[in-house]
Amino acid sequence: MVTKLKEVDCVVIGQGLTGVMLAKELTMAGLERGADRKPEEEVVLPRIRDELKYNARKELMVDNSIDTITFRNSSDQTALPIRRWGAFLPGEGVGGTTNHWGGLHWRFLPTDYRIKSTVTERYGAKVIPADMTIEDWPVSYDEMEPFYDKFDKLCGVSGKAGNLKGQKIDGGNIFEGPRTNEYPNPPLKTSAGALLLADACKNVGFHPFPVPFSAPSRPYTNIYGVTLGSCEYCGFCGRTSCEANAKATSATNVMPVLRREDKYTLKTRAFVSKILYDRQAKKVTGVTYTDMKTGEEYEQPAGMVILSAFVFSNTHMMLYSGIGEPYDPKTGKGVVGKNLCYQFEAGATAFFEGKVLNPFMGSPGDRIAFDDFNGENFDHSGLGFLGGGYIVGGSGSAPPIGGRDVPEGTPSWGSEWKKQTVKWYYGSADFNTQGSVYANRANYLDIDPTYKDAIGRPLLRMTYNGTDNDHKMSLYLLSKLEVAIKAMNPTSYELRRRPKNFTVVPYQSTHNTGGTMMGTNPTNSVVNRYQQAWDASNLFILGASTFPQQHGYNPTGPLGALAYWTADKIVNEYIKKPGPLVQA
Amino acid sequence: MAEVKLPRRDFLKAAGAAGAAGAAVATGITACAPEVKTADAAPAPSGPETWQVLTPQQVAFFSAAADTIIPKDELSPSGTECGVPVFIDRQLAGAYGAGAKMYRAGPFMKGTPEQGYQLALTPHEFFTAGVAAANDWCVKTYGKTFDRLDQPKRDEALKAMEEGKAEFDGFNSRPFFQQLLTLNMEGFFADPIYGGNRNKASWKMLGFPGLPATYADKIDEYRNKRYAVAEPQSIADFS
Repeated sequence: MVTKLKEVDCVVIGQGLTGVMLAKELTMAGLERGADRKPEEEVVLPRIRDELKYNARKELMVDNSIDTITFRNSSDQTALPIRRWGAFLPGEGVGGTTNHWGGLHWRFLPTDYRIKSTVTERYGAKVIPADMTIEDWPVSYDEMEPFYDKFDKLCGVSGKAGNLKGQKIDGGNIFEGPRTNEYPNPPLKTSAGALLLADACKNVGFHPFPVPFSAPSRPYTNIYGVTLGSCEYCGFCGRTSCEANAKATSATNVMPVLRREDKYTLKTRAFVSKILYDRQAKKVTGVTYTDMKTGEEYEQPAGMVILSAFVFSNTHMMLYSGIGEPYDPKTGKGVVGKNLCYQFEAGATAFFEGKVLNPFMGSPGDRIAFDDFNGENFDHSGLGFLGGGYIVGGSGSAPPIGGRDVPEGTPSWGSEWKKQTVKWYYGSADFNTQGSVYANRANYLDIDPTYKDAIGRPLLRMTYNGTDNDHKMSLYLLSKLEVAIKAMNPTSYELRRRPKNFTVVPYQSTHNTGGTMMGTNPTNSVVNRYQQAWDASNLFILGASTFPQQHGYNPTGPLGALAYWTADKIVNEYIKKPGPLVQA
Repeated sequence: MAEVKLPRRDFLKAAGAAGAAGAAVATGITACAPEVKTADAAPAPSGPETWQVLTPQQVAFFSAAADTIIPKDELSPSGTECGVPVFIDRQLAGAYGAGAKMYRAGPFMKGTPEQGYQLALTPHEFFTAGVAAANDWCVKTYGKTFDRLDQPKRDEALKAMEEGKAEFDGFNSRPFFQQLLTLNMEGFFADPIYGGNRNKASWKMLGFPGLPATYADKIDEYRNKRYAVAEPQSIADFS
């Protein structure tokens, strides 16, 4: 039996990054499927420095026995469930994926926001392959800038501006869009391996700069008055939370003040199964959820719903609730599930005999990057592909289970393996290319016909593979990385090309995007420029699921800015006069 | 799995390199410290007094495999001396071994390599089946179970599994070896609180300092200069 609760003004589904940001701006009821994460209890020394628990056993990730997705490379295959996360790692509990993210905090380029127009103007419309479904964003960089700025100040981002109000600044990223303000904090110290890349870049004419990092390099008080710590360079960042209270997560940079707000209620272990939808009125009326602590099912009527789960759950919720037209890859019609994208990363390792790089000491924020081959920062004439990505490298963050590089051809066990492991542990540096994924007609999300989740709903199905464009783009980035690596004079180096087919097995990136894309009208998108659903004006969707495609940067900066942009519109306009903010 | 009976002395001799505790348990002498100490060719006792989940034959297999993957040499003690079989026992007995956080609903289908693990088996069940299949293959190929092969033959057998050339009956040797290797590496390199990496042997070997790992004041000072500690610190040292 479903118990009907008293109506609330608004519910937020998912108390990860954007859900918590919105809850702070609006004050409302937050429903979270996972646990209430209490950093002061869980994220403390010494227990947080546990590579087996957090990295190998993936402590902070969504429990696959409760929910997963099915996967296939193409629509002629049978999709099978991801039985344990591999390629990507959605987080669970208050703070969501920001509890374990790497913390690289970027902005998209001004040209990224109008990518279809930009490439058409530069190279002609025919340069866009027939199956590439890229779109301009319905928002511009200039519109986003104040909200990027606010999001920087929530997280206490550390970095060096390369473009302040149009003035280019050496030492920062000269390709970035104009910033109103310098970063809230100076960049982190650069690791020994990253310094090698910085020097090499200068020698070959690339433009190196310290990566923007979502943790203060010095003690910092954020826009909500929360005092954050500074980065400890512990080397464990990738899959754990930060005991220094430095790396940005909504569990520490918003929740402490949000918990004190009278109008905010947090319900954890509340598994939302469905958004209730009145098709005639084009409104949502609330949600149903199961209290995982009691097994009871509730209906929570609400005047407004914010859907702010991970990319997969956002799209799944729309499809399962019957809101919006599902995408059909055969006809190209429909929008929910369309333009599923990813990050097309390929890496390299360089080995330096005799160098002492202290590989355990560092942070994702101690890296050097160059942006010369991202987006439309370079001329694509005659290259045969579109897109690009930033290139980054350094030497820190190599805990012992996962961080031991040996040259190719080394046995993977036995005395010789040990010898090589010891020989190169202190002398290897890692590099990565953060390639864009320009949407393709064949990559999408829909409902699986066979497998079900723990509360009996059919799972979400992912049909995804890398495209010719992706592979060409990636090889080009690797060739540029190789130029930089050669300039470092390593003893040896290896480039790791992407395999032909995408696989869900080894970890690659949690930068999944799309499925509820934003756009200019209901035939090309699920939400309008304020992330408001075309088919229900009191439903807003937050997170990377609203991206039309994925550019050559980590998505958290852009999706955080969009969350504040939407919050601003809701507070200053929607609440006074509810209804569609853009006429269809 | 073929049960091959051997006189006790031969078994102990064969299992000697696999660690005293393993041999003792394998022959049914559990929780008997004096016997453990008298077993020959074992430099240090390397197991709990009782195993949580591994059978004697599995203890013998994992011990022999650990010492082949992580042989004793000038860089580190052997896998069993480092407690790797103990680590494996505890992992397979616990949440990981029982398939915690795995999606385990059917139907089960083979799938493509890109779709990843698709078996109904939990890790404990997977290794139980895998060890049995590996031993059957060793008996068929060499006339003995894996733990009773000499070192060159153990090397050869593991290599055949790694390359997928060992044709197990009804089981794929390559993924079995990959998971076996992963579990051994975790046991060798994880924090010692899990029963492996005894005396932080692998951390000393690598030059990994362990905890507390707070380096904000050391990045500049130790750039291109080795940061070394007298004794790496584990979670237990701070607890």
